[in-house]
Amino acid sequence: MKKESEHIVLKATDLSVGYQSKKQTHTVAKHINFELKKGELVGLIGANGIGKSTLLRTLTKTQQPLGGTIHINNQELTQINQLTLAKQLSLVLTENVSQTNLSVQELIALGRQPYTNWLGTLSATDIEKTAASLDVIQINELAQKKCFELSDGQLQKVMLARALAQDTDLIILDEPTTHLDLYHKVYILKLLQKLAKETHKTILFSTHEINVALSMCDKLIVMKQDKTHFGTPQELISNNAFDDLFPKDLVEFDADSSSFKIK
Amino acid sequence: METPKSYTKIFIVLLIVLVVCFFLNICLGSVSIPFKDVVAAILEDNSTKSSWQHIIINYRIPKAVTALLVGSGLGISGLLMQTLFRNPLAGPYVLGLSSGASLGVAIVILGSSLFGGAFSAVLLTKWSLVIASSIGSFLVLLAVILVSIKVKDTMAILIIGLMFASVTAAIVNMLSYFSTAEQLQRYVFWSFGSLGNLSWNELLILSVIYLIGLILTIFSIKSLNALLLGDHYAKSLGLNIKKARFIIIVATSCLAGSITAFAGPIAFIGLAVPHLTKLIFDTSNHRILVPAVLFSGSILMLICDSIAQLPTSEYTLPINAVTSLVGAPVIIWLLMRKKKMFV
Repeated sequence: MKKESEHIVLKATDLSVGYQSKKQTHTVAKHINFELKKGELVGLIGANGIGKSTLLRTLTKTQQPLGGTIHINNQELTQINQLTLAKQLSLVLTENVSQTNLSVQELIALGRQPYTNWLGTLSATDIEKTAASLDVIQINELAQKKCFELSDGQLQKVMLARALAQDTDLIILDEPTTHLDLYHKVYILKLLQKLAKETHKTILFSTHEINVALSMCDKLIVMKQDKTHFGTPQELISNNAFDDLFPKDLVEFDADSSSFKIK
Repeated sequence: METPKSYTKIFIVLLIVLVVCFFLNICLGSVSIPFKDVVAAILEDNSTKSSWQHIIINYRIPKAVTALLVGSGLGISGLLMQTLFRNPLAGPYVLGLSSGASLGVAIVILGSSLFGGAFSAVLLTKWSLVIASSIGSFLVLLAVILVSIKVKDTMAILIIGLMFASVTAAIVNMLSYFSTAEQLQRYVFWSFGSLGNLSWNELLILSVIYLIGLILTIFSIKSLNALLLGDHYAKSLGLNIKKARFIIIVATSCLAGSITAFAGPIAFIGLAVPHLTKLIFDTSNHRILVPAVLFSGSILMLICDSIAQLPTSEYTLPINAVTSLVGAPVIIWLLMRKKKMFV
């Protein structure tokens, strides 16, 4: 068990991210270092425009890193082809899928695509895994509903179930709680916490819910203008990592209650 | 997973309707032939009049088969475009594909005098029309795709498709200006669309290209379902987007290009059939939609052709007029009935 918990699923070494065009290179963030272990729930926080999405896009191979390396399961990201990567990393994005006339079950079954044949026929294992992820997220009653009939909260659970059905070691979520009310925000994060604990998946998500993330995540990646911190919430608080997260004119971090207060 | 039972029922009904429509189509025409003689002619029973047999075997059956291929092929290419662009208004016609085909054919028919001599004789075979049309439509669609890689906004791609249509129309106008009346008439008649005039040999050529397009479509079913979730999700499912896109474009240009070459630029079927099918089957799953569109496209086209025949009269309407008259109200009705149109 000890060995398993020390297995590093995602590792970034001196990573710098940003955009490269023919004329110039625009670095958004640099010197990013972190190691995510098996079964850890990790939040990615930072102010708007600091480069959270750019970092996530780089980690998911949507764009190239400007420098440094990314390893998934000890293999360098650039060496992993798209299909192999699909079996190690699944995503929950902010893209709208409610335009689709698919049932929840069909949508979740799409998560099995990396494993299905050329026609996308579901094997017994695929059907089993689809049913299992419906169970884990507890959305069995939604199985036959159409995606466009769902509320934002339900849709987010379904997208999470789809990622789960993909059966990967690592799940990356881009702002999974953005459109949700407080109850559903906490609900989704509790669910992520449960998944990380029970299924030993490594889960990385970006969020603006700093207070909730502080109390629920195993570790946090905090992106700031000049430096990116990584550590447990306690370590980060004692290192004053949150003090200059935002400009200081409107909000300030209160270490005692470990939350942000409006001035 | 897909509750196959309920779909099987609809497929059986559609199959029966298709067979009925096919026979109805063969029975109806300018010359009225009694039903039992139609059957006799098909069974090559020599008891029936030889002129009737000739009409049935060499004219009506090829035309009905053409309608089958045209309806299903255009329906499929419309479906492919709607999913690829994630836009319910996409179709081969909207993206300027048939304008490209028109340009190719216009260059061959109207421009043949410019090339002159023996070369023009080669250019005017039916083969050259197919090739010209396919190349024309493929080039336009490729241009649209190149633009679509640069531009992320789907609306912009549709407008660019319309712009391509304007440009090709302008070139066709210029070619028309320098053409003889006879050439011009030939081009105009081509642009009306026609399911007749196809010999069994030409039908064979159409079928081969159609089959290539269809096989590519079947190989694309899995990627089409992934693309429903958008490019990013599709990529995260291990899909090679560029390759999938390319196969879908080639399939569309095989189907729509060859059909446009042989039957002219037939309007609205490519747009109406996928929506009608999505309404009947109530799903976006392409494992169901692809076969379903094949059926409903064939049926709708056979019905349109039967109407165009103006049974018992000696006149025939241009097929394009009928498909527009049937197709446009269908789209309007769909929009009024449902608030949402699905991709």
